Parts: sequence; C-alpha cells; structure tokens
Amino acid sequence: MSAAILRAGSVPRLAWRYLWSRPLTSALNLLLLTLGLAAVTLVLLVATQVDRGFERDVQGIDLVVGAKGSPLQLILAGVFHIDVPPGNIALEDFEALRRNPLVAQAIPISLGDSFAGYRIVGTTHEYPAHYGAELVAGRLWNAPMEAVLGASVAVAMQRAARGPGGDGHPAAGAQGLLGRTFFGTHGLAPGGEEHGGHPYRVAGVLAACGCVLDRLVLTATESVWQVHESAQADDPDDLAVLRQEREITLALVRWRSPLAAVTLPRAINATTPMQAAAPAVEITRLVRLLGVGADVLRAFGGVLLGVAGLNVFIALWNAVRERRADLAMLRMLGAPPVRVGSLLLCEALWLAVLASVLGLAVGHLLAEGVGRLLAGQNAMPVTGALWLPGEWAVPGLAAVLAFASAILPAVQACRVDVAELLGRP
Amino acid sequence: MIRSRALAFAHAGGATLRFPDADLPQGGCLLLRGPSGSGKSTWLALAAGLRTATEGTLVVAGQTLAGPGALPRAARDGWRARHLGFLPQALHLSPALSVAENLALPFFAAGLPRDDRAIADVLGRLDLGAFAGRRPHELSGGQAQRVALARAVLLSPCVLLADEPTASLDDGAAQAALALLMACAADCTATLVVATHDRRAVQALEARPGTVSMLLGAGAGDPRGAAGSGGRSGP
Repeated sequence: MSAAILRAGSVPRLAWRYLWSRPLTSALNLLLLTLGLAAVTLVLLVATQVDRGFERDVQGIDLVVGAKGSPLQLILAGVFHIDVPPGNIALEDFEALRRNPLVAQAIPISLGDSFAGYRIVGTTHEYPAHYGAELVAGRLWNAPMEAVLGASVAVAMQRAARGPGGDGHPAAGAQGLLGRTFFGTHGLAPGGEEHGGHPYRVAGVLAACGCVLDRLVLTATESVWQVHESAQADDPDDLAVLRQEREITLALVRWRSPLAAVTLPRAINATTPMQAAAPAVEITRLVRLLGVGADVLRAFGGVLLGVAGLNVFIALWNAVRERRADLAMLRMLGAPPVRVGSLLLCEALWLAVLASVLGLAVGHLLAEGVGRLLAGQNAMPVTGALWLPGEWAVPGLAAVLAFASAILPAVQACRVDVAELLGRP
Repeated sequence: MIRSRALAFAHAGGATLRFPDADLPQGGCLLLRGPSGSGKSTWLALAAGLRTATEGTLVVAGQTLAGPGALPRAARDGWRARHLGFLPQALHLSPALSVAENLALPFFAAGLPRDDRAIADVLGRLDLGAFAGRRPHELSGGQAQRVALARAVLLSPCVLLADEPTASLDDGAAQAALALLMACAADCTATLVVATHDRRAVQALEARPGTVSMLLGAGAGDPRGAAGSGGRSGP
C-alpha cells in the first residue's frame, strides 16, 4: 500500500523537475494560463455580484413612477441611486397614484441633497421596511431633520471623525454617531453648496444589508421640503405658496395584481404628467448593455486560454522531441509506456494547478480593485473577498485545457521506440 | 545466464539477420564483435526484450524471450526493470536532472520507492560521492560514464548490457572503464554482455577468463561463418 503511494508520488515529483528544467518556457506558459484564468475569474465575480446587486435592489419594485424622460435614467436614479433623476413630480399626482386601486404600495423618494457624496433620501418608513433593513443603533426618524445612516455612510462618517479632518471625538462605533449633526450639500455629487442652518441629526444607523440602503442617508420627506423651501423663500406667504407646490422626485410602486402590469403603466403614461418604468424591463436592457463588456472580457480570457493551451501543447511537443532519449532511457530502464506518458500529462497538470491558484488569486485581487473603483463612485458593491461555487469551474477548466494540450505529446511519449537508443551512437 | 539457439531477426522489409548460438553461465561474459551494422544492436535489443526474434529461442536470466513460452510484451518492461542493467554508448543521462536524480530514475521506472541509501552506496562505490548534486554536463566523460554505470548496476541486475563502452574514451580511461565494468558485473554476479568493435575492449575482455566471443556480420545469414572465435576458455 505504501509502495503504491510512493509510486504515485514519484510521477508528480519527476514531472515537476522536468517542468522547471525549462524555466523560461514554463514561466511563459504559466503566465498565459494565469492571465486567461484570472480574466475568467474576474468576469465571473464581477458579473455575478452586479447581477445579484441589481436583483436584490429591484426586488419587489414593480414600477418606478417619476418625471417624464429616459425610463432607464429613472430606474438608475430611483432604485440604484447611480444616476440623477429626470425631474420631479407633483405631490398631488403622487397622492392620486397612491389612491389608485391597482396600487398596493407607493413609496415616495425625494432626492436633491447629499452628504459626503452619499445621497440624502427623503422617504417614509416604508422604504427601509421594503428592504427589511434593521437598525444597529438608535431608531428610525420620527421628525423632520432626523436622519438614519446606511452602513457604508456610517463607516465613512466614523472614519472622517477619526481622520485628520475630524472633530477629534472618539467615535465609539455606530452608537457613537447617534446625536451627531451634519449638513447636507446641494446636488447629488460632493462639492455642492452646503445648506447652512439646517443640520441633520443622526437618529439611527442601519445594519449592512448589502443593498442600496448601505449607501444612503434616509430621512423624512418633510426634511427635504424644509431645507429647500427655506432656501428659496423666507416670507411666510411665499412659503405657503411653495407648500402648495410641494414635489417629490419619484415613487416606487408595488401593484396589487399582475393585471395592473398591463393597464397601470399605460394609464400613467397617457393621462398624467408622469412616466412609469418597469425595472424588470429596463434592467434586462441594462444587463444586456453591460453584458457586452463582460462578453468582451470573457472572449479575451478565452483567447488567452486558447493561446496558452496551444503554447503548452507546443512546449510539451518540443519537450518530447528534446527528451526523446530521456524517455527512451526510462523505457529501457523498464518504465511501462503509460508511466512515461503520464509524466507528460502530469507536467501539464502541474501547470494547471499552479495557474489555477495564481489565476484565482489574481482574479480576486482584480475584482477587489474593481470593487474599490466602484466604491469610489458609490456604485454597486463588488468585492474580491467572496468565493462563488461557480469558481470551481476555473481549476476544472485549467485541468481540461492541460489534459487536452498534453494528450497528443503524451501519446507520442508512449510510442517512443526504445530500440532506437541502441542503434544511435 | 544467456542461451540462444538459431536466433534470427527480420527487420521490417529488410534482410534477415541470423545469429550464432550462445551458451553463457550466470556471471559469464559475452563479447559481441563485428563492424557497424553487423547486428550488435539488434542482438542487444533481442536480449533486452525490446525486439522479438522471428526465429529461434532465446533465454536470458532464466526468462524465455523468444521461442515457446516467451514472455508477453506487456510483461517485459517489468522484467527488464528488475533483471537488466544497460549501459548505452551515448550514456543518455538526463540533462534536466542532477546525478542523484538520474540515479533515482531506475526506481521510478521499476515502480519502486526511491532508495536514497542505495544511491549513495553506489555513488560511493564508483567514487562519485562528490558529484551527487551536479548536472551531467558538469562532469567529465569518464565521470559521466561512471554515473551511467552506477545507474545500470543500481538494482543489482542479473544481466548487464554494455553498448560500445569505450568508444569515446582515451586508452587509460578505456582500461579503467572496462575494469570497472567487469568489477561491477562481478559484484552482482551479473552476466556481462559487451558489444564493441573497439580493439582495446576486445583485448581486455578476451584476457578475462571465461569470456565468450561472438563475431557478427562476417557472414550474415550463415551461422557457421560467425563462429565464436574466442571460444570458451574457462569454467
């Protein structure tokens, strides 16, 4: 039994020595294989996470109703918070929509301000409830100008407090943020004009949900009105007029029955100044657009792997020619043809194992890099610290490729004629 | 021991080579002589079980390789690994491996666990202890040949085949190599077969008591013309 194990172990050992007896060729093969597998891993990681992110954020939202304009823009702005909204809708129209018997729920969303690049969203308690958000500290807002921070926002605020620009308060986790005040800036990008005189007070911090809420500051719809109305007028009469013309940005709608899918969007688009966009339709369109990028990267990975496979094949083919005498000598020493052929296969499998480990590592590092880039724009959360079951396909792919590249050289090695050794000087 | 009767081999589409009969006790020495192309390599290939004779019988180390009850092809690799040592003319040490790793190849080929002590022993016996970590291209011709000899005798074979062992050596080295070859064969009481057309080797081996000489190629196809000229001069 132990002899059998030792015997099995000697083929990989010798194959390893042969592999690195040609370090340049092997390193090039390893590089090509690694890059190909890394590209495949990267596409798999990023595409899966983006798809999942879209799916999670869009779950349970049947319709987004907002100002007329691009429906995709409306969805990107209202559901994923990665675009500016096309405009506002009148509060009156929203109330009418909410009373529509086909509508089960309509959550108002008011956009316009941001804090440190994170959007301040005026809404109702229905919004965090929709995503099943939980609080790690404090409570939801009960009055205007109370704010609830998403998990990423809370982390950013804690970091800012500790950093050189902070106010020196020791931040004791999420709990330490409660009661702190901050000012929103006008506009959705950082660097806008600060709304002085209207500080928000942190009432609660949400637990990380891996969804869009992580990147948002939630507050009452009234807060947004209050900040902007007083910015536009201070005369009580003017304020009264503004109150009449109150607006929200858009509404996330869940309908009562699938029947509404046919009639409701048509009714909204035709009879109101609003437009209705179905996230499912728009996301399919968007994913198809993003899919082109993923396909290009995937094809690139495929080409790399193809070239790598060909290169491994050529290298092994040459190795068999170079080592003809070595292989014949092994046969002369009594090695059966299968063991000589398995040396070649094993050499290719070594490459596959090394390339799989390196390729997965590089792929995860690149995914983490992409995640950092996206995080810088407060977009989709993507991480490299994630193992998808689909990634088992990467070593599988490498093994199949190695096997396919090595099978012909291995057969060639099996067929080496030992008697040639005797005839040649 | 080696015993052959009316041995003949036909190359595909070529002439039939007929070999003189041989009868050699275990531990004996057979000198295969003849010019290039006279069939020395073919005879070695037959004795190693690499080729199968088309006629006649051949028994090597108690194993029938040609004739009734011949060992099937598939079993010959294992038989060769356990019973045969081979010293090729071009040595065929693997340039990718160190001396010690080259000596591990017989274990690999035979499917045996690598025995580092045996490798160290044989290196010591052949005065190669200092070269275990070297690559073959870092050795002199004589050293490289000793490594190849060490590889051939590592598993204590019953039969040791040497193909032109002195071809590329000067007189002194050739004498030393032959002496070592005979000593190693004697160490494991192996039957020694040396194929050569080198006069120095012929003289040295014929001086050894018990050497059987077989002249090939003098009249291919006529066994009587290829009679053993050295004859049996010992027990």
